[in-house]
Amino acid sequence: MPFLKLMRKMSLTGRIGVGIICLNLGVCLLAPIIAPYNESAVVGDVWQSWSKRFPLGTDHLGRDMLTRLFYGARNTISIAFLITSLAFTLGILFGFLAAIIGGWVDQLLSRVVDILMAFPTLIFALIVLSILGTSIPVLIMVIALLSSTRVYRLSRAIAMDIGVMDFVEAARLRGEGLFWIMSQEILPNTVAPLLAEFGLRFCFVFLFISSLSFLGLGIQPPSADWGGMVRENAGAITFGIMAPLLPAAAIAFLTVGVNLVVDWLLHRSAGKVHEGL
Amino acid sequence: MNRLIRLVAKRFALGLLTLFIVSILIFLGVQTLPGDLAEAILGKQATPEAVAAFRKELKLDLPPHIRYVNWLRDFSQGNMGVSLSNGLPIAEQINWRLKNSLFLAATAASIAVPVALILGLLAALYRNSWFDRFTSISTLTAISFPEFFIAYILVTFLSVKFQFFPSMCNLIAEMSFFRKTYEIILPCLTLTLVTVAHMMRMTRASIINLLSSPYIEMALLKGLRHMRIIVHHALPNALSPVINVVALNLAYLVVGVVVVEVVFVYPGLGQLMVDSVSKRDLPVVQACGLIFASTYVLLNLVADILAIISNPRLRHPKS
Repeated sequence: MPFLKLMRKMSLTGRIGVGIICLNLGVCLLAPIIAPYNESAVVGDVWQSWSKRFPLGTDHLGRDMLTRLFYGARNTISIAFLITSLAFTLGILFGFLAAIIGGWVDQLLSRVVDILMAFPTLIFALIVLSILGTSIPVLIMVIALLSSTRVYRLSRAIAMDIGVMDFVEAARLRGEGLFWIMSQEILPNTVAPLLAEFGLRFCFVFLFISSLSFLGLGIQPPSADWGGMVRENAGAITFGIMAPLLPAAAIAFLTVGVNLVVDWLLHRSAGKVHEGL
Repeated sequence: MNRLIRLVAKRFALGLLTLFIVSILIFLGVQTLPGDLAEAILGKQATPEAVAAFRKELKLDLPPHIRYVNWLRDFSQGNMGVSLSNGLPIAEQINWRLKNSLFLAATAASIAVPVALILGLLAALYRNSWFDRFTSISTLTAISFPEFFIAYILVTFLSVKFQFFPSMCNLIAEMSFFRKTYEIILPCLTLTLVTVAHMMRMTRASIINLLSSPYIEMALLKGLRHMRIIVHHALPNALSPVINVVALNLAYLVVGVVVVEVVFVYPGLGQLMVDSVSKRDLPVVQACGLIFASTYVLLNLVADILAIISNPRLRHPKS
């Protein structure tokens, strides 16, 4: 199997990363089956300690923490993944267009991206959310737009390099259309750097949406979501109860996993670089 | 020299243009709202005549470009209008909170910058040693953690388990400097940890990049001692990337305070902005947003200008 072959080539930290990602994906997919209770069912007292009945205790309303964590994985990861994919579609499409067409299209798109990047992302998101109100579609659009700027820069730069190569020239002379050149000639040659960028962007989006939820402006209750769970249970910290640390640790766990894989990807491509001192 | 001044002036003008566009966008964003400030303040029961009169009083009947100029002029004179939620002048609320936020960011930066630079330099010089591996793994972990996770871990250990520091910041204007510093230790430590991780990784990467350049290899092949290569060949050229790294991270720090302030209920600008967003108190959001965004733009501008000054190669761009 190609997957196992790849795993054997990976460094130890890379393998740990893949393991963490697989574990999270498993929880995402199987949440309703493996969760002991219903997503928002109140099943016990407030902030009960760990027991056989509640493996990780209960939250601020007496809901099972483990169940909330499982469902939270589902909501948070799927939204973050959706946003990252959207950001990549936008970024790659416009990045390639700018690189291939050039001229005023490139100028226009690049200046718009410059302006978007001049804003600190969190502040931009806060302003937009206060104008349009907090809802999932607004959230998805805003974060996707903000993170597509970096994808745009990267894919434009790569497409610029590839666009001047002979095989692209040949395709142009054959009379292939713009879409063909983008999808058949350039895209297949940009997979490696874009994959690493996808990991990095996913981490960024994931942390960003968790931070917004933590600020009370992201995914709204009663849906379980890790950032929001930290916020809801924050009061427990002064009693020495671990409840807010669990979802926060879950966020950190997945981000570390993705970062480990990205680190390995980047190291592999940078392996050729000459060692100086 | 003339060329240098021209380049710096050009970058400066570009920065001002960015600032101008940012302010227009913030202004327009609030303008495109369904309904306007007058309706928002008076509520739904107000008669059309009352709304029209109030609109005149707020000068909302003027065309947008005049209102924009007025808004900017008032803003620069410290007159930011009144808050929708409590009717108090915004400038009064912001003044004290801005000072607090700057105090927090400055304290964190004064610890984070030297620590990160020294660690980054050491990690680059002793690359692939156990020290490098250890710092690389721990900084990777630190940048993967959300800020609030680091904050709550610190609170759990340093405030709840061993009661060294307060978990909430009760900042009062009359407090002495040392008392204030004691109150902000935990938020400051959180910010420091996050920025040190980012800054150290960037410093390490740029120094390693530098050490792999041909003239270092040349010096190495000439048989110069390592110390001499580092002090005479590497460090002068490291100045430009390092300045850039520091300025970028300071820009990050100014915005990064938002989440940390909320965790520690710190009376800063970030907390005010988040509260106002959930109350949809637009004039306050507008004012805070403009302050945050312009600080960010200005720090990036400073980073670029310092990079131009410290790196001769940027002065002669290949056309």
